[in-house]
Amino acid sequence: MQHVSSLREPLVTGGKTLHDVTQDICYQVEAKPNLRWMAALSVALFFLGVFFYSVYRTVWYGIGEWGLNKTVNWAWDITNFVWWVGIGHAGTLISAVLLLFRQKWRSSINRAAEAMTIFAVICAAMFPVLHMGRPWLAFWVFPLQNTFGSLWANFNSPLLWDVFAISTYFTVSLVFWYIGLIPDFASIRDRAKGPIARFSYSMLSFGWKGSAKAWSRYETVSLILAGVSTPLVLSVHTIVSMDFATSVVPGWHTTIFPPYFVAGAIFSGFAMVLTLMLITRVVFRLEDYITLEHIALMNKIMMVTGSIVGVAYITEFFIAWYSQVEFEGYAFINRATGPYWWAYWSMMTCNVITPQLVWLRRVRYSIGLTFVLSIIVNIGMWFERFVIIVTSLHRDYLPSSWAMFSPSIIDIGLYLGTLGLFFTLFLLFAKFFPVINMAEVKTILKYTGDNGPTYNPKAHAAHAHHPATHGAPASAPVTHNQHD
Amino acid sequence: MTKQYALGIFDDEDVLLHAVENVRAAGVKIYDVFSPYPVHGIDDALGIERSRLPIAAFFFGLTGLSFALWMQIYMLGVDWPMIIGGKPHISLPAFVPVAFELTVFFTCHGMALTFFTITGLYPRFKVPVMDVRATDDKFVMAIELDETGSQFSRLTQLLRDNGASEVNQKEMTNN
Repeated sequence: MQHVSSLREPLVTGGKTLHDVTQDICYQVEAKPNLRWMAALSVALFFLGVFFYSVYRTVWYGIGEWGLNKTVNWAWDITNFVWWVGIGHAGTLISAVLLLFRQKWRSSINRAAEAMTIFAVICAAMFPVLHMGRPWLAFWVFPLQNTFGSLWANFNSPLLWDVFAISTYFTVSLVFWYIGLIPDFASIRDRAKGPIARFSYSMLSFGWKGSAKAWSRYETVSLILAGVSTPLVLSVHTIVSMDFATSVVPGWHTTIFPPYFVAGAIFSGFAMVLTLMLITRVVFRLEDYITLEHIALMNKIMMVTGSIVGVAYITEFFIAWYSQVEFEGYAFINRATGPYWWAYWSMMTCNVITPQLVWLRRVRYSIGLTFVLSIIVNIGMWFERFVIIVTSLHRDYLPSSWAMFSPSIIDIGLYLGTLGLFFTLFLLFAKFFPVINMAEVKTILKYTGDNGPTYNPKAHAAHAHHPATHGAPASAPVTHNQHD
Repeated sequence: MTKQYALGIFDDEDVLLHAVENVRAAGVKIYDVFSPYPVHGIDDALGIERSRLPIAAFFFGLTGLSFALWMQIYMLGVDWPMIIGGKPHISLPAFVPVAFELTVFFTCHGMALTFFTITGLYPRFKVPVMDVRATDDKFVMAIELDETGSQFSRLTQLLRDNGASEVNQKEMTNN
């Protein structure tokens, strides 16, 4: 019996049974990699090579290899850092915030989104570490006593807050993601044919057997982790924005930065989730799990956060004028009309104008348009960070030191290289890990393809839905109840 | 040690839930129930106590918060005081971000370790499973038998009456 509500779109289409879910999701893990995957991986590995070469040049010759100068002393590195961290945010948002809000549609996309978070944070972390110039001394950021004296790290500095925020964020996301993976690893283990697969998935599944008590504790842990991750997501990008906001550079010294950066992060994060999910769903034939409804819902979140970002841009401008601070006012006029006007207007077009198209139902439900839109948003958000950083730095209080920035080939190589690193990790994840949270999707199947109880449905209904009538219906076989 | 189990296999969570209540009501002790996803309501039916993990989480968080505040106050205020940006040595507002992050860090990792410990999860080479279909689409109720296994036929009847689609006997070692 197929029961479909007339009010709600089904979360999973195709009338799947529990076994179908296991079959569909495990298929990709068990089957030989297909050609499209191999082709994609080769491209990603090429860019990973570019990454290693750029890292080698940066570490061997120093950050003089980058296009930085005395005035613009961080540019692409911090732009890429903030961009990547922002992309990471959608994953935790989907897994934590939507879990707290009981949004069942998150089940189909949370696994991949969390993986995306972890890989994006890895890419992000590369930039501050490389910008140190001597990455082998990166441990100095931790509160260890200075080996040459007794000096401690400076806890008044937002850069140090960043260290704590990013490392907490990374490890917490990793743990949250891994705990969610354990039951699905167990499913793959129990289906595994070869000895290597059985061994590796036994190790990965930590001996999960799906016992009732373990499930109960698992749900408690998920809920608590979601509870602590939600403020964590907000704090991470707030702290990243404080790197700028606590300074006195015109264009950075803005109280609106924390909420505005968080909204921007969610905006770009959802754009990246959409980009990835649209590809994954086609490559792995997951159209029944990631439905048009999912895409439309994510589009709506993207539109809301995009609008918040748009309001923030206008507010910044207004405050710069309203504060009557000459330097602030100049910084913003310079952004829109100065030498970097093209970056500013690219940002405005990509982030403020294009997401408004999502109001149209035709755009929201179109796969092709959504894909294009998600890439435009990613480009726009990169420009946003570039505009904030470079246009504020290249002309500050002292006109004699004004300068322009142009990236070196290594700058470009590092950026493209982290894209390669990201896609390599994501493709490996998609091949060897279940891309969709099977256990969670199975819990929402009853909403769509209910085959109904196979045993005495009448007595069962009376029994299950009216605890007060325990023992009353004559048709129920044994109705003693000693433990409610 | 080898033990005998009767395994009732169910196809549907509602039937399982009903059967758990009835089997317990018939005075049979259920060893464990295995399911591919969390079955809501089974905690009450099986008599699993409410988890005390939230309390543990609170104390992990408190530990993290105290540690972070102590660390920052000791390092910048006591051990090596320095004036940075004209701020006082112990500038509490500046310590808030790190204190918050460490609270979350301790809560999360403490919780994860506690969870692995109480549910007996750790990486192992080979996992003894009662029925491999319990991680796919079946719900398995396991009941421990005595050495002779003499109750098996009676249990088969009970499980069948309560909607089990099949009943198997299984020998398990060291579990």
